[in-house]
Amino acid sequence: MSILVTPNTRVLVQGITGSFGARHTQLSLEYGTQIVAGVTPGKGGQMFDPKVPIFDTVAEAMQETGATASAVFVPPAYAADAILEGVDAGLDLVVCITEGIPINDMVKVKRAMAGRKTRLIGPNCPGIVTPGAGEDSRGGCRIGIAPGYIHKQGHIGVVSRSGTLTYEAVWQLTCRGAGQSTAVGIGGDPVNGLTHLDVIKLFEADPETHGIIMIGEIGGSAEEEAADWIRRNARKPVAGFIAGATAPPGRRMGHAGAIVSGGKGTAAAKIAAFKAAGIGVAPTPSDMADTLLKMM
Amino acid sequence: MNTHEYQARQLLGQRMVAQPAWEVCETPDAARAIAAQLLADGATIIAIKSQIHAGGRGKGTFKSGFQGGVRICKTAEDVYEKAHAMLGNVLVTRQTGPEGRLVRKLIIALAPDIRKELYLAVLLDRELSRPVVITSTEGGMDIEEVAARTPEKIIKEPIDPALGMMPYQARKLALALGLKGDLIAQAVKVLLGVYKTWWECDASLVEINPLCIVRTREGNEALLAVDAKLSLDDNALYRHPDLQAMRDLAEEAPLETEAGKFNLNYIQLDGNIACLVNGAGLAMATMDIIQHFGGRPANFLDVGGGASQEQVAAAFRIILQDPNVKGILVNIFGGIMDCNVIASGIVAAVKETGLSLPLVVRLEGNNVQAGNRTLAAAGLTIIRADTMAEAARKVVQAVATG
Repeated sequence: MSILVTPNTRVLVQGITGSFGARHTQLSLEYGTQIVAGVTPGKGGQMFDPKVPIFDTVAEAMQETGATASAVFVPPAYAADAILEGVDAGLDLVVCITEGIPINDMVKVKRAMAGRKTRLIGPNCPGIVTPGAGEDSRGGCRIGIAPGYIHKQGHIGVVSRSGTLTYEAVWQLTCRGAGQSTAVGIGGDPVNGLTHLDVIKLFEADPETHGIIMIGEIGGSAEEEAADWIRRNARKPVAGFIAGATAPPGRRMGHAGAIVSGGKGTAAAKIAAFKAAGIGVAPTPSDMADTLLKMM
Repeated sequence: MNTHEYQARQLLGQRMVAQPAWEVCETPDAARAIAAQLLADGATIIAIKSQIHAGGRGKGTFKSGFQGGVRICKTAEDVYEKAHAMLGNVLVTRQTGPEGRLVRKLIIALAPDIRKELYLAVLLDRELSRPVVITSTEGGMDIEEVAARTPEKIIKEPIDPALGMMPYQARKLALALGLKGDLIAQAVKVLLGVYKTWWECDASLVEINPLCIVRTREGNEALLAVDAKLSLDDNALYRHPDLQAMRDLAEEAPLETEAGKFNLNYIQLDGNIACLVNGAGLAMATMDIIQHFGGRPANFLDVGGGASQEQVAAAFRIILQDPNVKGILVNIFGGIMDCNVIASGIVAAVKETGLSLPLVVRLEGNNVQAGNRTLAAAGLTIIRADTMAEAARKVVQAVATG
């Protein structure tokens, strides 16, 4: 019915008492997400909004509430530590929203996560939404900062590096009556958790996902790796879009990872890889949903 | 953030990376004095190197007509004259664009007797999520060309971040570079020092090109870093006040610096359709769709996920300082942020700046009806669009007929 999270997933929020974390926790609660705990060291014993208990540690919050996933809204200097606390406590999923984490901190996090069961989404990402059955898709699981109401429960998987470009794709689908199984924003940093390929494999294995939109951008080679796997293995239709065809080489386009360097990571190479894999390439970002729906 | 060569050399020197004797200066008199000292210490040839962030300095030309941002001299007087010709003048290279860069500092260095040029760099391997040390026997050349033409001459050693670079890895690379005898120990010291610089400074790139085998006055061989380039991870600057102090605003585009003050991410391009977008991916996609419909984007501008009215106003002021701009496209997907707040910001900015250029606005998302009503009620000639494609078509058309 979805990947990574379901409407029943019990979620804790690291950094629940910060203004950004608090605001989005509130929105997730209104959406109907099972936010069962908050974690802010030193504020254990307090309550959030007045039903969500706050704990000093992730381990304690998991033990007391049965949470299995977390949203990280911790400032950049402390975010790597917060992610690893979640890994150490044995969470199934950590979703790190924080933007601006030093790249070497993430290099260390990735090294420390090797061989552990926890999956990481992000950092510098909008998070994950599995839409619910209610009005404006309420009753779903929203971890992060995506607008819940643009979603609709259904059978299209969406994976993207970019936040607002994910919303654009989801909204195009919803406006055409095509709902989503899960939408995942994997983040715009050069070192991150789940890759396009990791998420594509999950969608491919999910019986409730019937088609996939994959949105990429310049920088790195994650899109090419995913395309290569799709060419050899995928049975479901995949449509895609690559942002940054007009970006000048050597310049970082907002996202820390969005840079063409040494002639690598160009939009042209990624689009060529998509085409070679039979992925439907949307000619403009306005055509992402139509390109996929025509293939189904 | 990029640094100057002299700053990179300082940071490398602090970590025991051997270099020919050098000093930095800001006046021709100081240049002469440094050269005189180097000559007195036994140097026979002196290199003068203009300090700007762009590459291609050696083949660059000053606007005064003086050739070469890097020159070789044999006397202190010659150093004085060439320093005089460089300092306070604008150097144009293949990387600066026609406007060039003002030279305000010079490196005065001993020019060693070079026997062989090698290449050394440390950067992030995105596929591995680890640092990687890259070396090649083909130094002194464009490494991208070497990689394209003779990939077998690029030697890579990934580093486990939990261990750091181990001496055996440095020895492995030294042998792969064909070094022998005493040069192996010297190479280990250089390699470990360069890796340490990369890690401790939170660099995104450290590059030594060329790393040279030189012949010393005593007739021995030595391994010295003859050039240095260092770029830093902006995300990590907060924990390096010493590196922050190395930022040279004169090397950055003024509008991009101005945008940074308002937490706006702005990159100037050479087209004539400005865009103002929320989110980096959507901002790139907006540039792409302008080009798709036959226009040329004037900039990348991401106002961020939670743009305020003040930020929108600042964004308009910055866009309009680019004299090439003939039309503006605003593309906002207000997921959580209120489209009406953005609409009010646009109306205020248009009134404040007295905008006379065509403006196409596409709002989508939260409270979009109220936002569109605000735009319509303002009595301004704002062209509205419902989709990105419609907005791009309209702005391209407006600029073409404008």
